[in-house]
Order: sequence, then C-alpha cells, then structure tokens
Amino acid sequence: MAALAAAGAVGLARPGEAQAAPLKATKNPRFSLKEAPNSLEDITTYNNFYEFGTDKSDPARRSGKFKPQPWSVKISGEAAKTGTFTLEDILKPHALEERIYRLRCVEAWSMVVPWVGIPLGDLLRRFEPTSKAKYVAFTTVLRPDEMPGQRFPVLDWPYVEGLRIDEAMHPLAILAVGLYGQTLPNQNGAPLRLVVPWKYGFKSIKSIVEIRFTERQPRTSWNISAPHEYGFFANVNPAVDHPRWSQAQERRIGASLFASKQDTLPFNGYAEQVAELYRGMDLRKFY
Amino acid sequence: MAMQSRSRSCTAAWTCASSTEPRDVSSTVRPATRRFRADKPVVFALCALPLAWLTLRAFGVAGLSLGPNPVEALLHGLGLWGLRLLLITLCVRPAAVMLRQPRLMRLRRMIGLYAFTYVALHFLTWLVLDRGLDWTGVVSDIAKRPYITVGFAAFVLLLPLAVTSTDRWMRRLGRRWHSLHRLAYVAALLGGLHFLWLVKADWREPALYIAAYLALMAWRWRAVRRA
Repeated sequence: MAALAAAGAVGLARPGEAQAAPLKATKNPRFSLKEAPNSLEDITTYNNFYEFGTDKSDPARRSGKFKPQPWSVKISGEAAKTGTFTLEDILKPHALEERIYRLRCVEAWSMVVPWVGIPLGDLLRRFEPTSKAKYVAFTTVLRPDEMPGQRFPVLDWPYVEGLRIDEAMHPLAILAVGLYGQTLPNQNGAPLRLVVPWKYGFKSIKSIVEIRFTERQPRTSWNISAPHEYGFFANVNPAVDHPRWSQAQERRIGASLFASKQDTLPFNGYAEQVAELYRGMDLRKFY
Repeated sequence: MAMQSRSRSCTAAWTCASSTEPRDVSSTVRPATRRFRADKPVVFALCALPLAWLTLRAFGVAGLSLGPNPVEALLHGLGLWGLRLLLITLCVRPAAVMLRQPRLMRLRRMIGLYAFTYVALHFLTWLVLDRGLDWTGVVSDIAKRPYITVGFAAFVLLLPLAVTSTDRWMRRLGRRWHSLHRLAYVAALLGGLHFLWLVKADWREPALYIAAYLALMAWRWRAVRRA
C-alpha cells in the first residue's frame, strides 16, 4: 500500500518509443528470492520468444521494429466489466512491486529475474469475474510485420495461454511491466506479460492483448503443438520428465563453462506457497 | 569429344567402388607431378575455423564469449559443425564427378576426420561439461532418450571409420574398406535425426540437413544403378 505513488508510472514511455523508461516500484521481500539475479545482459539476450525467431538470440536481435506503445488490452468473457482498456488505465489503480523470481524453462535452464509488476489477482478482481469464470485465457499480439517469427507457423499464432482461476488469483502470479527497474524490453514481452514462477516459462505469456474469463479450460499453444510433451498445468516438477529429456536438473544461465547443473525444485522452489492448489491431483497425469 | 569420353570412363571407375577392383582411391587420383597444391592446406584451415572460433570464445579471448549459456553454445556449435562436415564429406564424390575434378577426392579423408573430431568433441562436451561425468545419468540418457541414443550411435559408427582411415588400414582391408566406410551414410542419417528429434517446434534447419542428405543418397543410388 505504501507504493501508491508508483501508480501510472508506466505512462512515462512515449508512443512508439522502444527505449526503456524507469519505473517506480517497491521491493517486495516477502515474495523475493535471496539469490542474486542474473545480469541484465543475460536476461535480455537469452530469450525464448518464438514470435521473433526460435534462436535464443533472435528476440534481442529481431525485435527492434516492435512497437509496445500505445497498447491496449481487451478484457472479455465471464466478467461483469469487460471492454478494451489502454495499458495506462489497466495499471493506474495498482502499485508496482519489484519481485525477484526464479524462472525455469521447460528446456532445463533457469535464471533469476527482478521483475516489476502487479499481482495478477488484484487486477482480475477489478473486472468482477462471475461464478462461471473458472479459467483465465491470455492472448499475445499478432503482428507478423513487426514480429518476423510469426511469418512461419512454428506455432499456431497467435500464442495463447491459460490458468485455472485459483492459480491466476494466487499472490505469486503477477503481470510484469518491467525488469531491473525499467520498462520491459521488447524481447522480454513488452509491454505487459505474465509471470507464473512455479510453472515452466512457456506459461508466462508475453505481449498480452487479451485476457478472457472462461468457463472451460482454454487451449494453450504448446499443448496444441505437442500435447504429450506440454500439459495445461506445466508445473515445474523434477519427478516428471519431458518425454525427450530429464527435468531433474537445470543449468543456471550465466554460470561458467565448468559449473555443474543444479537440482530442480518441485514447483520451482515455490512448493510451500502453491502445492496446496494441486492437493489430491495426480501431477503425473496433469503435467 | 575424345576428352569427354575419356573422363566419362574414368568417372565410372571410381563412381562406385564395388564395381571395380578394390583399388586405393587416393592413389588412383594422386597427381603425377609433385607440384605444391594449396587445396589441402586451405581445406585444413577452413575446417579448423569453427573450432578456432569456439575456442577463442570459450577462453574469452579479445572479449569474445560463448554467451549466457556457454555449455549449450559449445555443445550445439560442435554438434552442428560435426553434422555439416559429415554432409560435406558426402558431397565430395558427387562434386568430383559432376565437376570432373577427381582431385577433389584427395580432400575427403581430411574432411571426414574433421567431422569425426567435431562429433567426438561434441560427445565429450556433453559427457564432461553437460553431464559432469555422471555415468549413471549418461547411461540412462543413452538408453532412454531416443535423440541421445541415435546421436551416440552415430558417434560409435564413426569410431571404426576414423581408426581405419590410414593408408595402411585401407591396404589391409582392401575391398572391405569401402563396405565398412559406407557406415558414414548411416552415421550422417542418425546425426540428422538426432538434431530433428531435439528441436521443440522449429524443424526447418534439421529438415534442411536431412533433405541434403537424401539428395546426396539419391545421387549415389542413381550412380550405382548406372554403373
């Protein structure tokens, strides 16, 4: 609550301006790791954002034409308040927080990122989801002119993702607008992206243009692409391997050539906070 | 005209080894003169370039680096060049025939040995840097993960080819040398599958290599049928 002054700070970036603008955010130690974050260079040059290309260096190299300003988000589906809102209006009532989260990719690497964002649940509640809102679906912008990766159907564009409503309302789930105290670079999902730290990175959809409340489980891009490899839940789980590789360990980005891998933690180390959401579920079946 | 028919008959002699007596291919095409030729040193240096580049990056020479994920960069760089050089090795005979440059065959052994070197370093990088010599994990990966199984099989198939690449082994094995070295065809295919099997959704690059492989094999198939 102390950080209400930060409200609206995102509006600092002018339309069409791709450069990073500083954000005012309050550190939230309750939800932050003690681990040192990766360097800004690591976080902004090693990305999976297939909309800009499938090589890790593509998003940084090929996202220069992308315009994250102006931006609007459509809120639709099972909620009392729906419509299209500018990014500024979406963020205005919220105070920005900095949270240092671990990010675990399904490809068995990980990094630590100091995100700036708002709790997703706080935002969703403003639109008054109805009792029929059992899930939340997200859609990435479709702009093949600005996103060269979208010119070839590597995935079925636009990218879609989803969460169960209780997962979306969990205080750990955030919508990020920045990292390292600055607005998000294009390659990291500017101007608005999801961060769900206990799930594999592909759940944390980038450059969001629509948030839809649904009664039925939404379709999700990687699950459509390879259903036996990528489930709807995609919780980080060292005990359930990807069909082609092990998920027991991960390589920390930025470590030296001779560093060994580290053990992957259940729910990416956030089991204490989120395991309750999945009580009684067979996590082998609902991977 | 006379030139053309002569070169055609000389083509047939080494298009398909099994159709002729088991003559040592490299001695057949060894130039009569001892004139210095730059082709071998040039190809030797070219094949070493990717390795040199990876080495400079690994040791951080002149501010270079392998990037945020050095193990992956090294592993993928070595594997990719192993596969590319293996395919280039398979290009040598078709190129020699189509360009009517039998001398090109002199370069094949060196390119093949380079391909083996990259593949072996790729395997060692995986074994030591990626898996940290965790033998249980290594064995279970080779047994359980199909893309690792085929990649490992390709490496194992290349081992006897590297060992028997010397003139002495060629003489000793005679006709069987050619049969043995057809394992390179299997290894290249397995290498392509290894790559295709590990990508998540973007199959374009591995598909390109597999297409090149199929084209090269189709050429061989036609050459054998014609002979």
